[in-house]
Amino acid sequence: MLEHDVLVIGAGLAGMRAALSAQETGANVAVVSKVHPVRSHSNAAQGGINAALTDRGDDWNDHAYDTVKGSDYLGDQDAIEIMCSEAGQELIDLEHMGVIFNRDDRGLLGTRAFGGQQKARTFFVADFTGQAMLHVLYEQLMKSSIRVYEEWFVLSLIIEEGMCCGVTAFEIATGRIYVIRAKTVIMCSGGVGRVFEPSTNALIVTGDGIGQAYASGASLMDMEMIQYHPTTLKGSGVLITEGARGEGAYLLNSEGKRFMETYAPNMMELASRDVVSRAEQTEIDQGRGVDGCVYLDLRHLGEDLIRERLTQIVDIGQDFAGVNIINEPIPIRPGMHYIMGGIKTDVNGRTNIPGLYAAGECACVSVHGGNRLGANSLLDTVIFGRRSGVHAAGYASEQEFTEFDVQGYIKGYERKLQSIADRQEGERWAQIRNDLGKGMDQYFGVYREENGMQILLSRIEDCKKRYEKVVLQDRGTIFNTDLVFTLELGFMLDCAETIVRSGIERKESRGAHSRTDYPLRNDKDWLKHVVVSKTDNGPQISHLPVKITKWTPEERKY
Amino acid sequence: MQVIVSVNRFNPKDNNGKYWEDYNLEIEENATVLDALIKIREETDGSLAMRCSCRSAICGSCAMRVNGHARLACNTKLADMTDEAGMIKVEPMTNFPVIKDLVVDQQMFWDKVKQVSPWLQSEGPEPKGEYVASNESMNQLAGVMACIMCGACVSDCSVMEVDKNFIGPAALAKAYRFVGDPRDSKSVERLGVLNEYSGIWDCTRCYECVEVCPKGVAPMDRIMALREEAISVGYGDTMGARHADVFSDLVEDSGWLDELRLPIKTVGIFNLPALLNFAPVGLRALVKGKMPAIFHHNVPNVQNVRNLFKRVRNDQNKDG
Repeated sequence: MLEHDVLVIGAGLAGMRAALSAQETGANVAVVSKVHPVRSHSNAAQGGINAALTDRGDDWNDHAYDTVKGSDYLGDQDAIEIMCSEAGQELIDLEHMGVIFNRDDRGLLGTRAFGGQQKARTFFVADFTGQAMLHVLYEQLMKSSIRVYEEWFVLSLIIEEGMCCGVTAFEIATGRIYVIRAKTVIMCSGGVGRVFEPSTNALIVTGDGIGQAYASGASLMDMEMIQYHPTTLKGSGVLITEGARGEGAYLLNSEGKRFMETYAPNMMELASRDVVSRAEQTEIDQGRGVDGCVYLDLRHLGEDLIRERLTQIVDIGQDFAGVNIINEPIPIRPGMHYIMGGIKTDVNGRTNIPGLYAAGECACVSVHGGNRLGANSLLDTVIFGRRSGVHAAGYASEQEFTEFDVQGYIKGYERKLQSIADRQEGERWAQIRNDLGKGMDQYFGVYREENGMQILLSRIEDCKKRYEKVVLQDRGTIFNTDLVFTLELGFMLDCAETIVRSGIERKESRGAHSRTDYPLRNDKDWLKHVVVSKTDNGPQISHLPVKITKWTPEERKY
Repeated sequence: MQVIVSVNRFNPKDNNGKYWEDYNLEIEENATVLDALIKIREETDGSLAMRCSCRSAICGSCAMRVNGHARLACNTKLADMTDEAGMIKVEPMTNFPVIKDLVVDQQMFWDKVKQVSPWLQSEGPEPKGEYVASNESMNQLAGVMACIMCGACVSDCSVMEVDKNFIGPAALAKAYRFVGDPRDSKSVERLGVLNEYSGIWDCTRCYECVEVCPKGVAPMDRIMALREEAISVGYGDTMGARHADVFSDLVEDSGWLDELRLPIKTVGIFNLPALLNFAPVGLRALVKGKMPAIFHHNVPNVQNVRNLFKRVRNDQNKDG
């Protein structure tokens, strides 16, 4: 029998941080992940991690204010205060673990400027901060001897008597199905990027965990808040770090003008991401783009700075766009990047299901509200990953394992997967996934409106019907990725539906949710979260008030 | 453009063993090898197994051999690799057991990484704030931290092909990351372990790892840096270190390598068991007419070579 006090799903930054802190708290911990930990998408975070260090003359209250303002006042301020006040110590802990942050002239941690913030408080490792942190956390995981169920795909959460008490999963290499029993489960499975096509996200980012939690009765919150990153490469949609603008790069339109002057005269290119993406989209829509893009111009920064601090994007420009960024501007456009919403949790990672926790991008605390600031996502993963791990371990120490029919779950899933394999006529996952992604891109872009979202909703419903008849080409048991993608698609469709339903529900423009039919923010009616839960009668929408501690909503200007 | 992607396939459940399967496809000019494989998987053959995720050379999932060398499929342009017939050959990495098609078992790879205790070990109480370290010291580690553990260097390592015990380029580069870290206090102990059999001295400097590394980590250069570091902290008495010394002495003496005396002086003239080990090689060389000359002549103007050595030594003393 496989059983653990704490079982973490996902081995990105949130998952590994949760696992390490749960073990330090005294729990028997394991991690289950559909990819090897260092392949996780946390790798892709380039620019850095925010923290206000007091010995650098910074104040976490200022960081919190920038975050609240960035969220367009939808972020819960109690959670934001926790994240920002604990950031400094967390950063130092990461440094002690071995992260090789960039230093200043005195040999202390150095900072760079990032969007939406009054002060430079982003700590970084060149332009691969996420990778540098992910590999160091994996070093700690190797040291800890925490068991990792590597390349195991979780099929579902097991809920008995209203409590989460484990998972059903299959080992991709052999196709065998297992039950892993656990006193607590921490969902750290990442975002939903591939629900959109294109997206900056890795191919593995398919919302499995959000879908599984939703299917088990967990509430999802702020799902309509989808972040479009201002600088993604033309064509492939590969991400160009905000660090480029942090180091001083310009955004130019077809007339060679720094168009941000019109939209954010004070912060210019470093306004928050929703503002910059909207500005770019407006320039493109009004005919001042070039081939559906605008330009990111780094030429004036000089070769030395670019090579030291923006190493990776020199290669990205060359490999994926054939552009030498030292001599030429790069064609870029807004691209789907991140979901602010997710599984609703409290500040200790607890969901509405006892025994189920969530942290990282799949969770919604909510610290990002309507729009996440650059370099707050890495911070979110480690702060709330750690807090969930500690809390889950404490909770597990007071619990017994729940007894249930383990073989029943295994047999049930064997039958289910066999029935998929037995289907002979229907479409494959790829066609449906592509139609879904294109639809999300078309009708749930930087700007959206009622009619488009309704068309999109019926397209998703149609995709769901097609999905019921999806067929496999690979019916074998060894490393069957055809089956993995098919199962992922089921979760993606559920995520898409909750995103669009939440989007239709919010009848105003706030943060990343910009509706052309409701162009203004409406605090009177909509200073509240949209929550969606699964019921026997389909998705049920409800609302929760925003927690406001110190900062009353005001007009947002950059 | 029209291309033929020839994939080396394998599924342990069939009894076909390894075989080549050709896929013909139409794809845009600037597509990558990964784009082509994804297109095959989505449109033609869902049973084709491979790992891939980020599509931007950061996750390290899609290392495989393209036309005989390990590469990341995601940052390799298809058009750069096709031959006149528009064909490329794609195989799983070597030096790894194959699970299915392009998917290899990386257990041994990670076991070797674990062998170098790959975590920071500092001594004494942790400072309240961060460790103070120069930006240069951190930047030179950034080059190694850029390693994404894709396994390309291990795949094409010519030593691992013949000696499965060799820790290998990826794990040794990882070791360098700690030996070179001013915050780590165990570098002498680490070097002691790496100095043993299957460690830093087993690299033959074939340069393959440097050639195939998609992130510019240059594992072999890190291994050479570890050798120098090992000697400088006092691990001079190994076969490898002596080999390096004797090599240099012989060249300084005669101006070129004395291949007969190199092995003898390296193991020691009185080390009979080791010398007897050379006998079969020596005999084979004799039979094939490849035995080095017993009387080794100096090159003409050998003094020039000796002067070069002198100048290098003087420069080093100045630096030191």
